[in-house]
Amino acid sequence: MVNLKRIASVLALGACFVASQGYAAGGATHFEPAELEPGNVSSLQRGARNFMNYCAGCHSAQYVRYNTIGKDLDLSEEQLIDNLMFNAEKTFETIQASMPAEDSKRWYGKTPPDLSLMARAKGADYVYNFLKGFYVSEDSPTGVNNVVLQGTSMPHVLWELQGYQTANFEDHENEDGSVTTTFKGFEPLSAGSMDAEDYDEFVRDTVNFLAYIAEPVRSDRRKLGVWVLMFLIFFFILATQLKKAIWKDVT
Amino acid sequence: MSRIEAEVGKPQGGFIKWIDDRFPMTSTLKYHVTEYYASKNFNWWYVFGVLAMVVLVIQLVTGIFLTMNYKPSAAEAFASVEYIMRDVEWGWLIRYMHSTGASFFFIVVYLHMFRAMLYGSYKKPRELIWLIGMLIFLVLMAEAFAGYLLPWGQMSYWGAQVIISLFGAIPVVGDALVEIIRGDYSISDITLNRFFALHVIVLPLALIGLIFVHIVALHEVGSNNPDGIEIKKNKGPDGVPLDGVPFHPHHTSKDLVGIIVFLMIFSSVVFFAPDMGGYFLEHANFEPANPTATPEHIAPVWYFTPYYAILRAVPDKFWGFVLFALAVILPIFLPWLDRARVRSIRYRGWMYKTALSVFVITFFALLWLGLAPAEGLYVILARIFSVLYFAFFLLMPYYTSIDKTKPVPDRVVYHG
Repeated sequence: MVNLKRIASVLALGACFVASQGYAAGGATHFEPAELEPGNVSSLQRGARNFMNYCAGCHSAQYVRYNTIGKDLDLSEEQLIDNLMFNAEKTFETIQASMPAEDSKRWYGKTPPDLSLMARAKGADYVYNFLKGFYVSEDSPTGVNNVVLQGTSMPHVLWELQGYQTANFEDHENEDGSVTTTFKGFEPLSAGSMDAEDYDEFVRDTVNFLAYIAEPVRSDRRKLGVWVLMFLIFFFILATQLKKAIWKDVT
Repeated sequence: MSRIEAEVGKPQGGFIKWIDDRFPMTSTLKYHVTEYYASKNFNWWYVFGVLAMVVLVIQLVTGIFLTMNYKPSAAEAFASVEYIMRDVEWGWLIRYMHSTGASFFFIVVYLHMFRAMLYGSYKKPRELIWLIGMLIFLVLMAEAFAGYLLPWGQMSYWGAQVIISLFGAIPVVGDALVEIIRGDYSISDITLNRFFALHVIVLPLALIGLIFVHIVALHEVGSNNPDGIEIKKNKGPDGVPLDGVPFHPHHTSKDLVGIIVFLMIFSSVVFFAPDMGGYFLEHANFEPANPTATPEHIAPVWYFTPYYAILRAVPDKFWGFVLFALAVILPIFLPWLDRARVRSIRYRGWMYKTALSVFVITFFALLWLGLAPAEGLYVILARIFSVLYFAFFLLMPYYTSIDKTKPVPDRVVYHG
């Protein structure tokens, strides 16, 4: 048993070593944690509503089927059709953007990326901070820039809710003469229909939904994993007894 | 008259005898399983060989089911993986087992190789087992590399781009070689198709064949043990080694315990952390391959990074490639680099113990440095550890021949 523990600890040590770094975040921006609640179905339902109302006009989620969302988020077929399926006929269809990809490419310079896996590719914190990170910038054709993704071609779609803000930057001259610019915080410019707290909740629900569609099976696999481990523990007890019985005469 | 003809019409020895007259079933089972004697004092380091077999089976079986649903084309590969993850019944489990299995294959094989270094398992008369094992390791690396391109994500594409272009550093034939590997002027649909062929047919066949030969060679000379003593030197009147117990049922029942513990760890990753924080499944690989957008930070998967760190530590492209290749193949020569008279670390002196400890630290350090960006202090550290890596092997003939060893007992140490 002691030896078993030793092997387990060697493996676990390797695992910890390997898992010690998280996302290799782009840029030096410090992310505010999204603090999602993956098990909160109402939050996911609100997120689905937000996504269909504010994101799906331009962004597809081409690997995600409406009926999967319905099943996982406790929504009936009727609820799906009435509340979420604005440009789809059948519930087995996947989420397509309303805007034709060719048009969006002409208008924005690139087709808005598919969002099926965005939360998994970039991390939930990245998306959360991105949606909160738009600030007024006269240099940009959309009138806004973003602290998380400088030079983004996405306009501030949620301006009605958040209002507009400006960002403060501070230049710092390095020893070698180069200049590093650091972000020093936002300042509200005009109010939106939500206060800061409600807007955070709105973004959190939306990102929660994005994290869910990035891996719809996540909660299922965790539930199943508990059963698998319980079975293996039971099997382990039997196997150790068998081993002891077979080895009892070896001296 | 032949034996079979003589027995026609007479009562037979049953079905088993019918087979045995035509195929060496019972004798093979006896030779390799029920009367294959291995030392009774195996510790848990000896479980990693059988675990490598378990992972191989996991990879083969899940691989077959993945192949049923995967589309090896640049236009469809990424979407077909998502189809497996979302729409195929149990597809997510099959895929996570396969992706987790890839990393665990290397964890298990690295530990298996380290066991051989602890107890001198590569020393005479087991040099050939070690050589075949190293060939298996090289094929495994190729297999993993080919497989990593198949999901056709950003890291698949750019990781392959970086590694394949390494061969361009070879003088004269380099550029032609790179074109032959890719089958194109850049990584494309053609590359994906041939990597698929390599990954599902050529390399697995080679792997299975080599593993078969590895085990045949092992059973010819017999397994080593933590004391590094030949158990065949002490046989009882019945010709059975006194310190040996049969592979079945003794070692199989013990291995079963090890397999279950392994499956617990494996399942913990599959069900609770299949990305393993971005190391088993890299985050950037959830974006489809895009030849026009280079990711900010390209690193191979963790099991290649020790060698990748050595490659980047050398400022010159050609010599970087040479040292990279040398780092991979140097362990092949261990049976001849190691001059110690004893096998096991239990009876070695402080020099080998120190060297091996430093080597373990070096390996982990290089693994970590290969994942880190190649800048500043990291480059200096990578150079220091690269020197230590090569020093372990190249100085081995010296320090193992002057190292003071302890006397080896006649019988293995076993505490019941």
